[in-house]
Amino acid sequence: MDAEARFDARVAAEDKVEPTDWMPESYRKTLVRQISQHAHSEIIGMQPEGSWITRAPSLRRKAILLAKVQDEAGHGLYLYAAAETLGTSREQMVDQLLAGTAKYSSIFNYPTPSWADMGAIGWLVDGAAIMNQVPLCRCSFGPYARAMKRICREESFHQRQGFDILVTLCNGTAEQKAMAQDALDRWWWPSLMMFGPNDDASPNSAQSMRWRIKRFSNDDLRQRFVDVTVPQAQFLGLRIPDDDLGYDEATGHWRFGEIDWDEFMNVVKGNGPCNAQRMAHRRRAFDDGAWVLDAAEAHAAKRAARVAA
Amino acid sequence: MQLWEVFLRPRNGMHHQHVGSLHAVDAEMALENARDVFTRRGEAASIWVVPSAAIVASDPSDKEELFEPAMDKIYRHPTFYEVPDGVANL
Repeated sequence: MDAEARFDARVAAEDKVEPTDWMPESYRKTLVRQISQHAHSEIIGMQPEGSWITRAPSLRRKAILLAKVQDEAGHGLYLYAAAETLGTSREQMVDQLLAGTAKYSSIFNYPTPSWADMGAIGWLVDGAAIMNQVPLCRCSFGPYARAMKRICREESFHQRQGFDILVTLCNGTAEQKAMAQDALDRWWWPSLMMFGPNDDASPNSAQSMRWRIKRFSNDDLRQRFVDVTVPQAQFLGLRIPDDDLGYDEATGHWRFGEIDWDEFMNVVKGNGPCNAQRMAHRRRAFDDGAWVLDAAEAHAAKRAARVAA
Repeated sequence: MQLWEVFLRPRNGMHHQHVGSLHAVDAEMALENARDVFTRRGEAASIWVVPSAAIVASDPSDKEELFEPAMDKIYRHPTFYEVPDGVANL
């Protein structure tokens, strides 16, 4: 049996792969791409919510939102560290993000013009992310699986705080309820797109499933998300913006309409409403913060020299 | 920046356990970053940070010669021995 066949047998038997183990180059590449994209998404994902920290409607909401955005920074760091175990450097990954050659989740290229968007992001975007991430806790690559366990444990607060915002708005004035509906109208379809292309248009899925990186297909996870989310929308008294939505008695699932994949591809290609803004902000933050890194290095060097003397 | 490994002891009376790694310029910054990145929800009573380069690890290709000799010494486990019926507290 050659090395690759032995590796395939190992992961098929649910053995975990650790960084120093032999692995096929394509497995390594797939993971570096997936984990670094995931890390970039956490880092870029701080922006749509970060802009509301200073405008949160109460001190309580502000403290909660700040804690959530802090978690996202932490999640980015767990994931960068997991990707680094595969032999790619932090600098390399950050450079790729800043150069625009690395991708991050397209959902963060949509704007957040209203406070209700903080609710919709937590409920729908984090809800969809959790649906995707829970199976990753069993990923065959040990460091990624461990990072995901930590992330999932922290993430469920994110979803609940979002739903909590919407419950409050939906129990408020007619204007507040309309804000909640408007946010759902704008975030529903992009949230469904977060699960990626339909199975028949997702050529890499099968290999990722064989490698036990991925556990469920895009369409299965999307269906599961719709099934759990529709009753939550009903609880809020909000209407999901899909005329084709309906319960299928025979299958026990909610049927839903066709996703606009042209919009998805357009945002992936960089033409979403906020792609340019997100990248410009990230580059500015990196440049503006460069002196902190320089100062820390200089301070550490000075102290080391003093100890040596 | 250096790579550091982070170990947490959740409560006194337990071992420190490896939880992940981070970048820092020196030990002090590594401790501060470890606090911010790994203990936002009361996960620790104590933190260790160790430069990753200081860790000496066994080579995965030596796995067999290192660990296999222990595998056939099943008499090191109490379950190897049959306790006669009627014998207690053994």
